[in-house]
Parts: sequence; structure tokens; C-alpha cells
Amino acid sequence: MHMKQRLIAVLAATSLVLTACGDDAGSGSDGKIAGDITVLTQRTDLVDTVLPEYKKKFEAKYPGTNVKFEAITDYEGEVRVRMNTKNYGDVLPIPNSVTADQLPSFFEPLGTVDELKDKYRFVRSEQTFGGKVYGLAITGNAQGYVFNKKVWTAAGITTPPTTPEEFLSALKAIKDKTGVVPLYTNYKDGWPLGQWEGVRGAVSGDPEAVTKLAKDDAPWSPGKEQYIIDSLLFDAVKGGYTEADPTTTNWEQSKGMLGTGKIATMVLGSWSVVQMQAAATSKDDIGYWPFPNQVNGKFHTVVGGDYKNGINVNSKNKATARAWVDWFADESNYAIDQGGVSVVTSAQLPASLADLQAAKTEFIEINPAPKGEEGLADKIGNTAEIALFDGKYRQRLVDAARGAKKETKEQIFADLNKKWADTRAKLK
Amino acid sequence: MAIDTKPASELRRAGRPARPHNVARTLTPYLFLAAPLAFLIVFTYIPVVNMFGYSVTSWDGLSPSREFVGLDNYVEIATRPELFGVLKVSLYYIGASVVQIGLALYFATILSFNTRFRNLFKGVLFFPYLINGVAIGMIFLFFFQPGGTLDSAMSALGLGGATQQWLGDPSVVNWSLAGTSIWRYLGLNFVLFLGAIQSIPAHLYEAAEIDGASRWDQFRHIILPGIRPIVGLSFILAISGSLSVFEIPFIMTGGANDSETFVIQTVNMAFKYYKLGLASAMAVVLLLIILLVTWLQRRVAPDEKVDLS
Repeated sequence: MHMKQRLIAVLAATSLVLTACGDDAGSGSDGKIAGDITVLTQRTDLVDTVLPEYKKKFEAKYPGTNVKFEAITDYEGEVRVRMNTKNYGDVLPIPNSVTADQLPSFFEPLGTVDELKDKYRFVRSEQTFGGKVYGLAITGNAQGYVFNKKVWTAAGITTPPTTPEEFLSALKAIKDKTGVVPLYTNYKDGWPLGQWEGVRGAVSGDPEAVTKLAKDDAPWSPGKEQYIIDSLLFDAVKGGYTEADPTTTNWEQSKGMLGTGKIATMVLGSWSVVQMQAAATSKDDIGYWPFPNQVNGKFHTVVGGDYKNGINVNSKNKATARAWVDWFADESNYAIDQGGVSVVTSAQLPASLADLQAAKTEFIEINPAPKGEEGLADKIGNTAEIALFDGKYRQRLVDAARGAKKETKEQIFADLNKKWADTRAKLK
Repeated sequence: MAIDTKPASELRRAGRPARPHNVARTLTPYLFLAAPLAFLIVFTYIPVVNMFGYSVTSWDGLSPSREFVGLDNYVEIATRPELFGVLKVSLYYIGASVVQIGLALYFATILSFNTRFRNLFKGVLFFPYLINGVAIGMIFLFFFQPGGTLDSAMSALGLGGATQQWLGDPSVVNWSLAGTSIWRYLGLNFVLFLGAIQSIPAHLYEAAEIDGASRWDQFRHIILPGIRPIVGLSFILAISGSLSVFEIPFIMTGGANDSETFVIQTVNMAFKYYKLGLASAMAVVLLLIILLVTWLQRRVAPDEKVDLS
């Protein structure tokens, strides 16, 4: 009997503790900027350094608030699962896998596109649905490739190649003259290969590129963007201009290797410049050039938002959450500090993009998709099991190019075209 | 917990079989069972039931609505034979597990006799099993890198000419990964066998020795028959484990370069292409395959009672 009573007591105590945990976020629900908010972040590297300073400044501006950070290593994967509950923080970077039509179920609208488009970049087409904006970018990126200037100069190349062929001969010159790995694929980690997809739109200089991709039945046909991007990767690997064993690459190591001139080039978004500089002997060694393709004698680069801060639709403290999102965009200076393009329209372009500007690159933003077709290209990609922004299908290209798979480029492209067209037909 | 102090009324009745005591006694085992059972139900059975539920929907893992599609996912699996192509990768691991069980038996037998430093060797053999799988993936990634530990060791032994891309060559990669798997799981088999061997009564060896049996005879006629059920169990675990290999290839290659296994493919389906419904159906199919293989194994090699005395 005694044991039973004790058990009941333990159970009762436990449930008390549990309920106590449940409702501690009561304050601030009345629309005042006060009380606690939890901010999720993917920057595990900044959570103990830069972010506490932001917290201090924010709390000084809005007395009575308390910001808690939660850094998550596998951000995309973990948060997507957590979003099946109501508990995914008050402010969080919207995971890239959330499709446009799912935004209203999970995030609070921040205003209409018309209200926000003059003040902020990237709100016209990214993370919007039904004319409403659901997130403000924490920073923005241009697309192209990051390279070690010393190595490229030693190989005799001082101006950006203007065609894929020129780019390949530049890689050859680097290999012959310096012996450095001309281009690093980061095949093992996978996602760096997905970064190649980022240059779509920059190849053709067409702001409608993504809308057109979703309407194309054969994107991997000569002359089209996917063909040009993936051919460049294939030919570079086939030419032997990439690392000898791509299956044992290491992202963290590769930054130091590019910084110190053991690797010449990587195709990554402009966010990488600051990280490469941090790993370099001298900041000036790191350069950033546009994708080697010109339209009407001009380079193009696509500027797009990085993660966007959104507000959990279930948040109990939306007023404070909103204040944080606005403060982060307007006053934190995060984008500039990280070498990115600020979400605020009036802000200057960062120094990391000076090389792009010197090459007279035209900066474009992708136009919004027509109503009802938001995110369609990537939806086709996922349903077709190609997943454009994941490195997986490009790993297959690399394998074929280095002779590990018995497939030709044409066979792979034909297969991709077929999957793409079949899926497009199915989704209609 | 504090010691139970019995109230006076209870003490007075101590001579008779007291009912409250019996209740407590009958309850005790169930209370001890409650915690592990609760964990088992919450973390195994409920998710499995949910998985069956997901497998008849076209859910993407996030959307608040789940469209019921009936058996469409299963039909899709049945009509896409390429989804089963990856099962041939499991053959490498099945081959490896035979080697692994052989080695484990060998070491367990040797170390069950009076070998010098036997406790040290037991520790050395079991240790890899205690290391976290992610750490093992990392260690072996460096081990197999061009110019890494393996290559340097081979050149030091004058085998420099035989080095190659251990993970980069698609005809070698699965051997390398299966080798890593042997290294990792050998310790578990070894400990299972060692425990079983030690439960064999010592007088049998003495009797055998008096009859002039060699160590090999003792192994064949005493040890092997004595631990047959454990060997059988190890084979069942090895084969179901080989069909559902995940950790080592996922960490070391991510399934790239023809090292993709059925489970990696399932994970990609769920978390790369966001087809959680189809992925759940694939998981169910894998479960059925494993149940079928296990049933077949039991039919071929039925469980026999061992009687050594």
C-alpha cells in the first residue's frame, strides 16, 4: 500500500512540474514589447560570441525583454521535425524546405509585399505567399565562385574568364603551372555541390529563369542553364582539374586549404568569402568572381536572401518577436558584419563583393513566380527525386566524369530530362 | 527510498499471511517492468504504428494535412525495381558478417583457454563496440584518405604500390565499409560467444583432455555444439543487420559512389525529397523482408536444445 501511495505522490509531483513548464510564457501576450522570447539560430558558431551582444543591445532598447537563443547544428532537418509541434521558438529562420503554400500554417505574416518592398530586399519573391511576406532575410548573397587570388595570379590569370571554355583553360593553367588543386568539389559533404544550383539566373541573366525552368520539359538541353552549369562541373572533373579522391573531402579542412593556396577555386555563394578570409593568410588573397558566362558582353549574378527570420504562428509573444525581427533587419548590422548584402534596400553592398563590381557584373533578383506556381521548380525537383539544391544528383555527375560510373554526360542529362518531364506531367 | 516503518496494527498481525503484503509482492515485478515497458511502447511500438499510418498517406513530413492514398505507395515500390537494386550492397555486409562471426568465434575460443594477457585482449577486442558510431566514421574517414593512415602504413611495409582510393573506387568502397563494420561489431559477437563458452562446465574439457582430445577436437565436439543457439542468434542478427546497414556508410560516404543501402535510400526519400509516405512504406517493406529472412533462417536451422552433460 505504502509503495502505491508513494508512487502516486511521485506521479502527482511529476505532473505538477510538467504543467509548470507548460505555461511560463504568459507575459507579453497582450501586444506589449516585454517578456521572454526564444530565438532559434543555425549559427552554432556565433551563439556564444556575436549573438549575446545583439541580446544586450536589443534588451537595452526594449527594457523588460529577455531573449534566449537556441542554436541547432542540423538546422534544416531538426527544425522541420519540430515544426510538427507548436514549440519551435518565437523567432526562427524559416527552413528552406517549407513550401510557399505551407507558410501561412506555420508563420505569422509580417505585412504585404507592397508595404515592405521599398524598404527591404528579397521580399518580392522569397518566402511570400498570397501577396504577404512571411520572413525578412538575415543577410543576402550573390552567386559565383570564391578563389585564391595568389594562385590564380601565379597561373597568369588576372581577369575573370568569360566563358565556360575559358574557365576550364584557366583551371588547366593553374594545374600545369602551380600544381594546386584547381577546383574543389567538396563531394563528400554533398551540400557544397548543391551550391552550383545557386547560379541559375546568373548564367542567362534572366530574372524569369526559375519560372521558365518550371515550364521547361528538358532543362538539360544544350544552351540551357542547367546544361551549362552541370556541363561545367562534369568537364572540370573529366579534365582532372578537381581533387584526386572526391569521396574523402572535408568541408572544414577545405576552407583552410583554399585560404592557404592548396586549393584554387570553389563554387559557393558569396557568404563563403568571409569564412575563407578568416582561414586565409591574408584577407586580400580571397577573391570572388561571377559565373563564367556572359550575356551581351556582361556578367550577371543573382542576389538572393539567406535564411529569413519568421515568427512562429503559435508564439505567445508575437509583439516582442516582431520587434526582434525588425531590429535584426534594421539595426543589428548582421549582414554587413558577415560580408553579406543587407536586407535593407538603402544599405551599401559589402566589401566582399568588390571583385564582382570591378568585373562590371550586373546584379539581378529573381522575379516572383506567377500566382499558384510559387516554388514549383523545386517541387518538381523533389518529386522527380533530383533535389536541385541537394548535392546528390551532382555526385552522380562527378562519379561519371571521373570514370567511377559507366555513364556519359549525355545519358545522365537524358535521364534527368525524362524524370523532369514525367514529373511535370504528373504535377499538372 | 526510506525504510518502511510498519504501523503497530500491521505488526500485530505479522504472524498471519497479511494481504497488503501479497498485493505489494504481486505488484513489484510489474512496477519494475513498468519503466522499460513504457520506454519500449513510447519509443518503439507507437512510432511503428505511426509509420504504418504514414505509409498510406502522401505526407511530406510537415504539411498539417495528410492525404490518404491507400496502397499507392506500396504499388509504387512494387513497380520500381530500381529501389531494390541497392539491396545488393547488403551482400558485402553479409559476407563481412560471416568473416566477423568466424573471427569472433576464433578469438572467443582462444581467450576462453588460459592465454597470457587474456583480459587485456578481451578489452582490446571489445573496445571498438563501445565507441560512438559517428566517431568511428570519422576515424575511418581519415584512415582511408589518400595518404592517410592506411596508405602510410602500407608504404611503411613496402606495399606502397598496392594503395588505392579506398572510398573513391566504386569496386572497393563497399569492401572498405564492410571492413569497418567488422572492426566495429566484432566485439559484440566476441563477448556473446565468450559468455556462452564460459557457461560450458569445465569438467568436460578435463574429461576430453584425459581422452586425448586436442584443442581443435574440443572446439568441434564441445564448444561449437555447446554454443550453437548463440551462433544461430548471431547469424540472424548479422543478416538482419546487413539488410538494414545505415550508420557507417551514411557517415563515411553519405551513400555516394554506389555505397547506398536500403535504409540510406529510405532516409533520402523522407528527408531529401520529402516523400515521407513513400519512405514509411519502404521501411515497412524492409521490416517484412527482414521478418521473412529470419523465418526462413529458422526453418533451415531450427533452434535445438543443447544438452552437454
